Amino acid sequence: MSWFKRIKEGITTSTKEKKETPEGLWHKCSSCNAIVPTEEHVASMYVCNKCDFHDRIGSEEYFSILFDEGQYTEYNANLTAADPLHFADTKKYTDRLKDSISKTGLKDAIRSASGLVNGHPLLVCCMDFKFIGGSMGSVMGEKIARAIDICIEKRMPLMIISKSGGARMMEAAFSLMQMAKTSAKLTQLSEAKIPYISLLTDPTTGGVTASFAMLGDLNIAEPGALIAFAGPRVVKETIGKDLPKGFQTSEFVLEHGFLDRIVNRKELKTNISQILTFFGV
Amino acid sequence: MAYLDFEKPLEELNDQLEKARQLGQKGKMDVTSLITEIEKKMVEARKKIYSDLTPWQRVQLSRHPERPYSLDYINAISDGTFMEFFGDRSVKDDKAMIGGFGMMGNQSVMFIGQQKGNNTKMRQYRNFGMPNPEGYRKALRLMKLAEKFNKPIVTFIDTPGAFPGLEAEERGQGEAIARNLYEMSILKVPVICIIIGEGASGGALGIGIGDRVLMLENTWYSVISPESCSSILWRNWDNKEKAAEALKLTANDMSGLGLIDDIIKEPLGGAHSNPAEIFESVRKKVTELLEELSNMDSQSRVDNRIAKFCSMGVIED
Ligand SMILES: [Zn+2]
Repeated sequence: MSWFKRIKEGITTSTKEKKETPEGLWHKCSSCNAIVPTEEHVASMYVCNKCDFHDRIGSEEYFSILFDEGQYTEYNANLTAADPLHFADTKKYTDRLKDSISKTGLKDAIRSASGLVNGHPLLVCCMDFKFIGGSMGSVMGEKIARAIDICIEKRMPLMIISKSGGARMMEAAFSLMQMAKTSAKLTQLSEAKIPYISLLTDPTTGGVTASFAMLGDLNIAEPGALIAFAGPRVVKETIGKDLPKGFQTSEFVLEHGFLDRIVNRKELKTNISQILTFFGV
Repeated sequence: MAYLDFEKPLEELNDQLEKARQLGQKGKMDVTSLITEIEKKMVEARKKIYSDLTPWQRVQLSRHPERPYSLDYINAISDGTFMEFFGDRSVKDDKAMIGGFGMMGNQSVMFIGQQKGNNTKMRQYRNFGMPNPEGYRKALRLMKLAEKFNKPIVTFIDTPGAFPGLEAEERGQGEAIARNLYEMSILKVPVICIIIGEGASGGALGIGIGDRVLMLENTWYSVISPESCSSILWRNWDNKEKAAEALKLTANDMSGLGLIDDIIKEPLGGAHSNPAEIFESVRKKVTELLEELSNMDSQSRVDNRIAKFCSMGVIED
């Protein structure tokens, strides 16, 4: 029953309904090795209370953190990737998709949903890194484009939470053109004077950085996230020496002038609702 | 003349031709018929080789060291009137990106392009056609200038990618490209983009949002180079031919997929084998398109441009 509810488009669901935090399990911080009960880790929004390390989380977690009572309406939940190029490397793209869908329970690397954030309506497009590295293909471009149409129609602000390795190679030039598509579409949102907040989380790289992720009215990031156009490995190969400490972290990107703010996940919701208040929406 | 591996038969015939000519010059024998025969063979061989190029061979041609670069096209089609303008008004002048006004007949046109060098020293000077953020910002500054004075824009795309350097990252390579995608979408003047060599990923797209996007016949345009694709997906460098095939990156493929608007045919043997001919084809096409686009009002041009890019993508709904 709940499965049926979830795939129906535009039906309001609650993340709380399906949240079953396993009791008696422990979480070990991958940065400082601190061990806490999993329940406590979830309650602190997957942020380490000792060292502030932000665990990578997915759309379900972000929706539950942001939306009042965890209530949201999901859009276009059934869009899935096609394989227009019949792409195959060591594995067929269609098989890769099937595996990812069955392994993650997701349809692609992005979900869009609207709800209230401390009473402010907001549409959130959020990436799931576990789905082929959060890569951007036609589905991501189309979901963002349709989200923008909804935002314009309902005069609702937009937030995109990026967590992506960049373009999806298996869709080749189609994935490249999603950079153009999303950026072009954002001009219409801007024309309608509807606010767009870009939240960059770990990692945000490649074609996502070089399109909508850097085009927010406000660009904000979680602490310690990797934010880059060319990834650190490629840059290191180019310059032929070790990279400076902290290179391409949120803090580095803010110091160089490309982020408006760094926001700890525990303050994300209050920051977003405050920003929406500033915008008067 | 530099020969590519698949042009080996041509190189051999050319050597034979040279030898025959030398013999003839020494006056020891009449080589006229021999030369005619070799020349005939060369035409046949050239036809055979070029009628059925693989995607990887086209990638090789797109990088041919003697291929004309942006400045060659611009100087030719503006009849030498091109006046270059420098700098992004913020950090510096990027030599991998060029721009300025030139005349095409009575029409002044803003020309923008990635620029490669034609010898070792110049290749370094031009950073192998890989712009830094300053290049994209210079390009945007000049495009906005053209917009202000209602002049059309023609961009020439030829890059192995935006430069993946440390300073490029510090100065916001991602932001610079993103800004261009956004701003080019809403430029009020006609914009024509032509891929004349390599169209690698975001670095190419950064000057590639046009009312019309064209590819020369032997160029490639995709999200990644075949070599990098091979190294990431196959985890070695040996599958570049397969990757070139899989990426559907040729002008024919891109046109078939509806991701570009038109193809400009190259002379047999590639653009470098007859530069005058390819310059003329480009001039003709640009003139024709400028005429067509200038007859539209600016709002419908922008609406159509946005709609075109928004229609790109294939999904299951
Ligand atoms: Zn920790």
